[in-house]
Amino acid sequence: MDFKSSDTITGPRTEDHLPHTAQAAAKIVIVGGFGVGKTTMVGSVSEIRPLTTEETMTQAGIGVDDNFGSKSKTATTVAMDFGRISITDQLVLYLFGTPGQERFWFLWNGLFEGALGAVVLVDTRRLEVSFDVMGRLEERNVPFVVAVNDFPDAPRYAIEELRQALDLAEEIPIIRCDARRRASSRDVLMTLMSFLHSLAMSGASA
Amino acid sequence: MTPPQRQRRQPKHEPSPPFHEDDLPSVTGERPPERLYILTGEDGERAPIDLVTLIVARADPPPSAAPEQSALIRICQAPLSVAEISAYLNLPISVVTVLLTELLTAELVQARAPVVRQARADRSLLEAVMHGLQKL
Ligand SMILES: Nc1nc2c(ncn2[C@@H]2O[C@H](COP(=O)(O)OP(=O)(O)OP(=O)(O)O)[C@@H](O)[C@H]2O)c(=O)[nH]1
Ligand SMILES: [Mg+2]
Repeated sequence: MDFKSSDTITGPRTEDHLPHTAQAAAKIVIVGGFGVGKTTMVGSVSEIRPLTTEETMTQAGIGVDDNFGSKSKTATTVAMDFGRISITDQLVLYLFGTPGQERFWFLWNGLFEGALGAVVLVDTRRLEVSFDVMGRLEERNVPFVVAVNDFPDAPRYAIEELRQALDLAEEIPIIRCDARRRASSRDVLMTLMSFLHSLAMSGASA
Repeated sequence: MTPPQRQRRQPKHEPSPPFHEDDLPSVTGERPPERLYILTGEDGERAPIDLVTLIVARADPPPSAAPEQSALIRICQAPLSVAEISAYLNLPISVVTVLLTELLTAELVQARAPVVRQARADRSLLEAVMHGLQKL
């Protein structure tokens, strides 16, 4: 059992408490292949130390009614880190850095459902690792923007060249960023929000 | 050097919600956790527990509560998302969801439903978020 005793559990630090006026939360997902900077981006904009949540799943046909917290041999655990930004006293925004392994995607069923939108992080040394994730967002009508992480040794393609390679429509924003810098990550989120806003203005169903 | 070439995909179902249970890949032979439902609002409308549903304790843990339940109630003195509860209790989301369903039924905690993306996006919500990000 993971769960020992309620006394050993420490909740959020007092300074991490949300105000009692917090009425609702919205979520954004940050997706991309292995090692592309998802955790770094969540951490650079979050007001709390990034936390990790996990989900376990069992193979079909094996004990579905697992005991609380216990993991059978056949269970797979998928972890996901996330951060938080308080927008107003009433509204909170959560950012989830979602692992790229495609076979675990369905686990996050509830994650993409209702997400305002997504940031797809790409690394130009391995563009293709983000192809699948983009296709899945398209299939599910989840609006996204593309953020290109500038790794020092990575090839620098012109934005238009990237747009062609990624087969992205003209209106989908592509921006360069440094996920380690708060201001840069903030700009990426801002780009996503104004993109969503423009979709809302144009009356397109997002 | 030319970059590798991707091909754009088309939406699977027209303006349907982004994810559907029946979209789940069967090839993996794995199943997603059960979706559990909570009661929200005075009108008794049902909504699923989401990663960002905010939970607030309504009472102190009763002596009869299981240790997991007591711990959950204790950390939810101020509003806390389901994802944060999972992180602090070190329990998977599906387990937290089961605990919450029990606590909601016993009226020991209260749930505040998340803002979700709708077919018609909420402009004032997006404007509020942009305003908040500007201050970051
Ligand atoms: N130069 C540069 N390095 C970065 C940037 N973002 C992340 N890194 C570095 O890249 C490495 C991987 O970053 P992570 O944030 O752990 O990547 P991730 O996507 O969370 O990785 P996984 O969870 O393992 O898939 C770290 O050493 C970061 O410091 C960036 O924008 N620029
Ligand atoms: Mg990571």
